[in-house]
Order: sequence, then C-alpha cells, then structure tokens
Amino acid sequence: MKKIATGNKAVAEAVKQATPGVVAAYPITPQTEIVEQIAEFVSGGLMPTRYIAVESEHSAMAACIGASITGVRTFTATSSHGLLYMHEMTNWAAGARLPIVMANVNRSLGPGWNIWAEHTDALQERDTGWLQIYVSTVQETYDAILMAFRIAEHNDVLLPVMVNLDGFLLSHIMQPVDTVELGDFIPAIYLPHAIDPKHPAGYGPLTGPDQHFKFRWEIERSMRDSVKVIEQTEKEFAERFGRKYGFTEDYRCDDADVIVIALGTLGKEAEVAVDILRNEGVKAGSMRIRWLRPFPKLELKGKDVVVIDRDYSFGFGGIVANEIKAKTGISLYSVIAGIGGQEVTYDDIAGFVRTRRMGEEFWFGVNTHV
Amino acid sequence: MFEIRIHSRGGQGGVTAARLLAMAALHDGKYATACPFYGAERRGAPIVSFVRIDDRPIKIYSRIRQPDMVVVLDTSVMDTVDVLHGLKKGGRIIINSAGKREFPGFECRNVDLTGIALRKNLVVAGSPILNTPVIGALAKMGIITADSAKKAIREMFSDERNVNAADAAYKEMSA
Amino acid sequence: MLKCTSACAGCSDSLALRYVLKAAGPDTVMVVPACCTSVIQGIYPNTAFNVPVYNIAFGAAAACASGMSNAFRAAGKKTNVIVYAGDGGTLDIGIQAMSGAFERGTDFLYICYDNEAYGNTGMQRSGGTPMGAKTTTTPTGKTDAKKDIDAIIAAHDPPYMATACAAYPQDIFKKVQKALTFRGPTFLHILAPCPPGWRYPTEKSVEIGKLAVKTGMWVLYEREYGKVTIGPQSKAAMKKPLPLEEYLSPQGRFKGIDPKIVEILKQRIAKNYQRLAAEEEASA
Ligand code: SF4
Repeated sequence: MKKIATGNKAVAEAVKQATPGVVAAYPITPQTEIVEQIAEFVSGGLMPTRYIAVESEHSAMAACIGASITGVRTFTATSSHGLLYMHEMTNWAAGARLPIVMANVNRSLGPGWNIWAEHTDALQERDTGWLQIYVSTVQETYDAILMAFRIAEHNDVLLPVMVNLDGFLLSHIMQPVDTVELGDFIPAIYLPHAIDPKHPAGYGPLTGPDQHFKFRWEIERSMRDSVKVIEQTEKEFAERFGRKYGFTEDYRCDDADVIVIALGTLGKEAEVAVDILRNEGVKAGSMRIRWLRPFPKLELKGKDVVVIDRDYSFGFGGIVANEIKAKTGISLYSVIAGIGGQEVTYDDIAGFVRTRRMGEEFWFGVNTHV
Repeated sequence: MFEIRIHSRGGQGGVTAARLLAMAALHDGKYATACPFYGAERRGAPIVSFVRIDDRPIKIYSRIRQPDMVVVLDTSVMDTVDVLHGLKKGGRIIINSAGKREFPGFECRNVDLTGIALRKNLVVAGSPILNTPVIGALAKMGIITADSAKKAIREMFSDERNVNAADAAYKEMSA
Repeated sequence: MLKCTSACAGCSDSLALRYVLKAAGPDTVMVVPACCTSVIQGIYPNTAFNVPVYNIAFGAAAACASGMSNAFRAAGKKTNVIVYAGDGGTLDIGIQAMSGAFERGTDFLYICYDNEAYGNTGMQRSGGTPMGAKTTTTPTGKTDAKKDIDAIIAAHDPPYMATACAAYPQDIFKKVQKALTFRGPTFLHILAPCPPGWRYPTEKSVEIGKLAVKTGMWVLYEREYGKVTIGPQSKAAMKKPLPLEEYLSPQGRFKGIDPKIVEILKQRIAKNYQRLAAEEEASA
C-alpha cells in the first residue's frame, strides 16, 4: 500500500512487520520518532513485542544482547552520541554473533551540540563487525530494515546489521512508501548458539592467545560469506516485491568519464547533478555506496572519481575516499562536505565535478589556504 | 517540478500541512516530498517546511531556494523572516490574513484561515488549527485536486470539521 | 542570566535557572549535560548565561565536574562548580557518574531540575516520570513508579541536600546559597513543571508547581548532616493536604488516569509524609 511516511516512521513500520520479541531503546534526536512509534505500536497491541525503555544507550545494546542470546529477534535504534555510547556493546554484539538489527540515524558529534546529518558516527563503528548499509529514500529505508533482519539472522552470517539513514534529511522527510505483504520473506529466527539451561555452556569466557584469534577470523569469514547472503536476499526481495538493489546504486555510470561517489541522501542528490552535467556535455555518472561493510567490489579504473565524504578522520582524510583508495588503488578527488548538516545542493555537487583536481582534498566552505 | 515553501510557527500545523499536501499530490498520481526544516528551537519559533511535487521521483534533499509558491500561515513570522526570499518572479503567495495584502511582482491571495478555523470550532489547546483549511486554499489554486485534498484530510483526521474547514477556505479564498 | 533564551514559553526551568545563577554569583562554572538547558543557554555564537557554561555528554556531567572541581581546588581556587542536569541525565544515564562523584566527596553542587521526562527529544518517559503519566513512550500512562533519587543520594550521606520547586524561587535562592557554603558534594532536586510535557497552559507553571507541594506530590525539605527539616510549605500541606486530583486534573499527561493508580499515588504520598516526619523527629 502506498502512503506518505518519514524515514523514521518507515523504520518503525518495517520493524512492526518483522515483529521482534524485544526492542530496547533510549531517546535521542533525530531518532526518537522511531522508538516512540514502536512504543505506540506495542502499547496499542499492534506488536507482540517487549519494549524496554532503558536508561542509556549502553544499556540499550546490552539489553538487546541479553535478549538476542535467548534466540529472539531484537531491534534498537540510535544516533550519534548514543551510538558511540554503546560502542563497547556494539563490539560485544558482533563478537557474540548476535543478529541484532539497529537503525542508526546519522548525526554529527559534539561538541558543540549539533543534531544534523553526518556519517562520522557510523563510520567510527566500521571496525566492530557490524554489517553497515546506508540508504537514501524512505522506501529504501523500509526495504533495508526488512532485509536486514533476514541477512543478520541467516545462519551463514549471524552478525548484527546497522541500517544508516541521514538525520532529518531522511529521518524526517516525508516521501511515498509502498509497504509489502511480508509473507515468509523473513524466516523464523533460529540462533544455533541460543542460551539453554538444558545445554549448559559458558558464553564468552576467558579465551587464551592460542584461541582468541580464531573467533575473530570467524567474524571475518561470516562477513565474507554475507556477500552471498546479501545478494540472495536482495534478489529474492526484487522477485517478490519488485524493487531491485545492489551493493552500489549506479546512475549513468556505463559510459561515464567521471563518477561521483557518496553515501546516503547526498548520493541520491548527486544523480540530479549528473543530469545537469550531462546536459553540459560532461560524461558524468554517480555511484551511491549502499553496503559499506562488507565493502563492495568497485570497478573504477580509468575514470575520474570524485568522492564526497560527510565525515572525516582527522590527521588522515575523508574516510570513504580513503577506503576506496585503499581497495582500488586509484587516485581521486576527495571532497569533504555536509558535515554537521552543512547544506550541499546538486549545484554544489556539479561544481565539485567541474572543478575537480585529481589527487587533492577539498573542504567545502572552508578556506584551507589560510 | 513545483516547489512550495510554508512558513509557520512551531505547533501551528505547518508540518502537517506539508504532509497533507504531499499525501494529496500522491492521490493525484504525482510524486511528492515534504520536509520540515528543524532548528533546535522550541515551540513557537518560526519554522519552514518544503514541499516538492513532480511527475517523476524526486531526488533532491537540499532546501528549496527558489520556490514557485510561498504559504504564510502566521503573518507575525514576517517580522523576522523574509518570506519572499528566492520566490520566483511572478510566483504565488497564500497569506493567512483577514485583510488584503499585496506584493508587487507576485500573485498574492489572502484567506482568513484563522477565522475559518475559529468559526468551524477547529481549536486544539487554545490554538486554531490551520493545516486543514490551508489545504482547501491550495486546492483552489490548483496545486492539488479538491478530491485528493479531501481524501488526504480524511486519511489523517476522523473529524469532519477538518474537511468542512478546507471546503470553506476553498470557497472563501480571494480571487 | 540574560534575556532571550530558547526555552519554551512558560518553562519553569528557565525561572529556576535565573535564581540558581543569582544565588551562585559570578565565581561559578556550570556543567551542563544534554538536557533542555543545553538548548535554553542559546545557540552559538550566543549565550544566555553570564557565567561559563561547560557542555558535556549526557552521562558524564558529574564525572566531568569532579575533574573540574579537583583542578580548581588544586590550584587553590574556590570557584563554585555546579552541575545543572535534567532528570534523564541524573536519574537515568548519569546516575553512575553521579554516584561516583558523591562517594568520592567531590566538592560541588549537583542540581537536578526535574521535569519528569526527556524534554529535549519531545517527552519520553524517564526514571523521573511519575506513575500514570502519559509520555510518548508510555502512551497509555507509565506503569512504574518514579525513582526515589533523593533516597539514593541520601544513602551517599552528603553534608547537605534539599528539594525545591520552581514555583518557590526564594526558597531555591536560599538553598543554593546554603549548599555552596558546604565543602563536599551537595544536592538540590528542583521540581520543574513543563507546559508542553505536562500538557497544561503556559501561564500555569507556578500554579502547578504550588499544587505539587500542596497536594504532597512534591515535598520540600532539607537534609543537613543527616538532620531532616521539612519546609513550612510542606508542613502546612501535611496538616491539610489538598486532594491529589487538584494537581492531576489540570495536566493533560494524567488525562484518563486509572483510579487505581491515583490510589497508589495517594498511598505513596502518605508513606512519604510518614517517613519524612519520622526521620525529622528521629534526627531532631
Ligand atoms: S520542554 Fe519543558 S523543561 Fe524543556 S524547555 Fe520546554 S518547558 Fe522547559
């Protein structure tokens, strides 16, 4: 059914359909609408879920861990400082091989307090063992949450999944969304290592130097295996519900000389810039990276690449740009734009492409020569 | 693409109006996005919402810089905000006002939405509700069809007074 | 405090803040975690305070303040360090840091202004939300009781702690001044009625605050080296409390409250009165 919804409402709607046994969450702008909506579903009897209004994000993730290890489906949502406050526990969730699904509404980090979009929050979590996807429309948000449960819980994966949506830009925008009849798209959860008094075992005990690395490797092996599971899941989603996704969303890339790469809503707005550039005779294309973990295989050789990072690694560079460099070996133009909700328009993006200086870095709105 | 900017104060229903407008456009078979621009301010602060309507999917997330139309739900925001900012030449304006205001170079329509809300007894916590009457005015301007406007309002509100208020605005808006 | 804050109309917290800052004087630093006050202070590059305000992460105020206080004292400075935190930042996410700072005898004043929900994010339930109150995460009313943070603080045995209410500004003024004369950790718990959160008209904040005291939902008292003194306003209320309904009915958050919960609230009021009266007598 088609309706108008915000990104946050779309998350809640998808979670309702996936019916987790436990949701544990803590309010934080701009995510709060998700947990408010879920609380309303639960108290209105529309969701047979236990909603735990915990006292901090650290506790939110810890409660999800405790719930998940009993073998029930679990969900939480957070943003920015909330995500970083759970950082210890996000590592734990992945290491404990728990298929928790989390919506993270991307927001900048303080100080000063700033509630607007930035990707540094999630990118600081990229080494935790969570799968990460960045979405760009309300429809894609809804679809990604549904698929996230299936991917996380797949027994070849058993890793948590973080669905990232841009604060306000996507969390609060109202767009059409087509909800689906889920049917058996997400199979019943089966956690092979679920805690069970009939089969006593120690979970996460002291593990020596001759063993620990093996568990770490298992995380990586599942991360690699998840590629196949993601492909299968997205394929079946397309067959059932008619919407096709991939590791990246490529727009007019085939014959392009120059490709703009970005995450989230910037990646979508870049398509408008591409159309403008094409009208000027510039053979431009755009590539929106959706899955950042596992990192996609990118074919970029022989093209000019402009990467827009709404994030930064101080003393190093734009995080996405440098990941692409490391994985593909190409030289690119790295643009830092949109930090803390800084306004970036399609005209600005077209401008980045026109004035690109390959191999260099450019901070939008800052005079770096001063 | 048709771009509309709505000016109101937090709590007056500007965001809901944007939503209703997008819903109605959807019923008209169009694509629409509505996004409020939130500051960190509290209730009562001036706030803008953006609505885009098009025949194709809309990929733009940045703010509207050159609207085709501006809607002012509360004229008091005009003291601190330049509501005409970026409005296209010959662009249209709807103002919630009992009196008649003119803006040279633009097509301005006045409609007393507050009066309509009060007359239809559409008052919540002491404030008149403006979000449904303004949808009637927008239908009169041809931005959405009257049928879709009603359908959208009914989807969101069970109280028929909302539809009546939209009707009244449709009928009363100055030519 | 200067004019033109970014608070909601009728916010009683901004009232309380005014008196706190007046009482504390210029040699003061405020440590503010995420809460309404982090917005009320104004948006960069403006500030509504005329003392330094140090903003810090949600769960970290008391720990940050204990570092600051120790550094000032080490440098021989008497600067007042005041944490000004909401109920979420005190009763929930900040409780661990707060307990640690009190246990370590930090020389600071910790003020919790309690609007009984997460105001900044639009009114979700907190540990401070009273039973029966509707919030956006308890749409049918909260089923758990309000956490008794004062009893928790009392268990740390600070030299001075008190409750206050934004409707009684002189009382706040006196208590802040007094608290700052002690060495070691002191605590002030201010009830701060909140029009959008409690859902009453903006002009009624003072009236609602007074009703909280007069019905016994809120008790004004001090605890000085363990000695309890109940304030005169609450003394009067204990003799002849107004019916609780007078406090509940003007507030939208209690609309449709289950009569059974009203009974529980009444029992809690009676028990609280008894306990405090007994403590006052025992410590006299
Ligand atoms: S939400 Fe309540 S406490 Fe916060 S600023 Fe508004 S009135 Fe004050």
